[in-house]
Amino acid sequence: MLTYIIRRLLYAVPILIGVNLITTLLFFYVNTPDDMAHQILGEKGITEEAVEAWKRDHGYDLPLFVNSGEAGLSKVTQTVFAQKSIPLIWLDFGRSDRKNIDIGSQIKRRMWPSLAIALPTFLVAICVNMIFAMLLAYLRGTYLDIWGVVLCVAFMSVSSLFFIIGGQYVLGKILRLFPISGYDTGIYSIKFIILPVIIGIIASIGGGARFYRIVFLEEINKDYIRTARAKGLSEGTVLFKHGLKNAMIPILTNVVVSLPFLFYGSLIMEAFFAIPGLGSFTIDAIHAQDFAIVRAMVYLGSILYITGLILTDISYTLVDPRIRLG
Amino acid sequence: MPVILATDIIMFLLTVIFVFLALRVRSEGYLKDAWRQIKMNKLAMISLAILILYGAVALADSIRWRDPVLNDNGEAAIADNGSTIYSAEALTLLDRAFSGMRLSTEKTFSAPFAERQFVKENIEVADGTNRRDYPELKYPGAHILGTGKVGNDVFFSAMKGVRTGIIIGAGTTIISIPFAIFFGVLAGFYGGIVDDIIQYVYTTLSSIPDVLLIVAFMLLFGQSGYQGGLVNEADTILNFFVLNDRLFWLCFIMGITSWTGLCRLLRGETLKLREMEYIQAANAFGVSKSTMMLRHIVPNVTHLVLITMVLQFSGLVLAEAVLSYIGVGVGAETGSWGNMINTARMELSREPVVWWNLLAAFVFMFTLVLPANIFGDAVRDALDPRLRTK
Repeated sequence: MLTYIIRRLLYAVPILIGVNLITTLLFFYVNTPDDMAHQILGEKGITEEAVEAWKRDHGYDLPLFVNSGEAGLSKVTQTVFAQKSIPLIWLDFGRSDRKNIDIGSQIKRRMWPSLAIALPTFLVAICVNMIFAMLLAYLRGTYLDIWGVVLCVAFMSVSSLFFIIGGQYVLGKILRLFPISGYDTGIYSIKFIILPVIIGIIASIGGGARFYRIVFLEEINKDYIRTARAKGLSEGTVLFKHGLKNAMIPILTNVVVSLPFLFYGSLIMEAFFAIPGLGSFTIDAIHAQDFAIVRAMVYLGSILYITGLILTDISYTLVDPRIRLG
Repeated sequence: MPVILATDIIMFLLTVIFVFLALRVRSEGYLKDAWRQIKMNKLAMISLAILILYGAVALADSIRWRDPVLNDNGEAAIADNGSTIYSAEALTLLDRAFSGMRLSTEKTFSAPFAERQFVKENIEVADGTNRRDYPELKYPGAHILGTGKVGNDVFFSAMKGVRTGIIIGAGTTIISIPFAIFFGVLAGFYGGIVDDIIQYVYTTLSSIPDVLLIVAFMLLFGQSGYQGGLVNEADTILNFFVLNDRLFWLCFIMGITSWTGLCRLLRGETLKLREMEYIQAANAFGVSKSTMMLRHIVPNVTHLVLITMVLQFSGLVLAEAVLSYIGVGVGAETGSWGNMINTARMELSREPVVWWNLLAAFVFMFTLVLPANIFGDAVRDALDPRLRTK
């Protein structure tokens, strides 16, 4: 197990290098540091010296991949790619291009509001979706099941934008149950959290319930369920005690991969509800064209993705003792 | 004077593929069986009819040409060097077919089927005094979904979003399919170092958050090209072809973020097929490796490609709306439901509420995505029931 995890972590290194290579190519080769300086300092009345000074301040004055002016190892290390990538190993994200703020401390501060929205949405959505799915599986073959699935597909076909706009309008503006958007510190933030959580759950019901229903149905058609029924157990016990336990394997492994991303925040949710989390941090950076922040978020995203994959593999061994990671 | 955008070519390609498939379902073995099964599903057939209607609108909106500018005598104007002057507006077949709707603009908002404007104005009464009231519309009762802020017909605007939706939904997959087939089959067939490299590439690509990759790419490439609306001479090649088309770049980068799933699927299927008897037989006959892949493997994975294409469609259409909402999707002048939602959001906070823009975008999107989901499920069940759970 331990050797497996170490091997997977080592395998992550070339992937992270690859991700950095792609971002470096996109942000420095296609859009040169000179372009960046002009975008940030403005087009008119900018002197060559000011551009050079800005590039030097942000460490963009070095060559991209190979520094032919240096000797030995410095040929590779005294470059934009190395200078910007190496600190990422100890999660030093550097400073932003536009406001010159420390990205790392921003991430540390802003991941909590993101988590405050994402975690309840995630947990409640799983429960709600599973209850709906169990209900449909219990009613399988009846008209209620057929129409339930049609309803799921219909829910899946509605853009999340409509759920957000509609929810804000009906629950926030007309019924005045919750504030439409905003955030507060500590315990006072709860009233701002409820609305995005409700909307997030509603938006996830269609796809979620349909997926879990298929998982349950697959499980119900297995031999051990027939045995349980033959023993004379009630349909409820068969479904909830025997079926649910075994259906947890595909459900868990499907869910674990998104666990790390709970910190990451959702771009549109946070933009609509003015939550000061990582999602709105990213979207502000996009609008301000602050590429240092976008680069940091890309790197963070790929770390979380790889973590999710490793967690998925570990969760396999936890729920199914037959699986051994070698 | 014809004008062809890069995305128009995708639309033509889609039409060709559709016609090809429609002809093949009558003759080819497994397609014929699948088609028979889909035909029995009434809901899927209704969905297909709706999808074809949407496709026809999108195709009509992709055939465009520029008219000559007319001079005072009603003849085509001639420039000094003897060439005809053409208008910068490249109108499509759809624009021309619905020119009544396109040109019947009002001053500003008006509700669906309204006789009078939505906003009060100063109106001069016969005795010379001014009165504040809702003025009569130029085309009362003609706008079935009302008019927007600048008086445009909302139904027509929503219809202009159809082409964008279809191209994003299907064109993206068209762009990514060749990559996915090439790399997926190669990785599965050769194994070893080739497999390792290809796996590394797609793991790296899929570890980057999709939205951020699209955002970065669109910020760098999308800002300069054709954004929709008037055709600028400087954007064209040989005066009629527009390669630097923002919608095309959006398709391209969304294709890059979405090919990895199909690639992984094809790799797995090829790994399985490689061990089949008929491949061993081909090997024994001395068939070359490239022929083996082209003739024996690729035709046997096409059902996966078809399934992926129909299942991805609806997700991509929904993603386009979100991207356009963030401001990295299609250009501001391209008709798109994401753009409509973006403007409609502000209108909800007006008093009284302007709701028809949002309703139009919702209805048009829903009636495209729901049939696409239903038809996609039917195609998947018919072609490969085992994929149900995935």
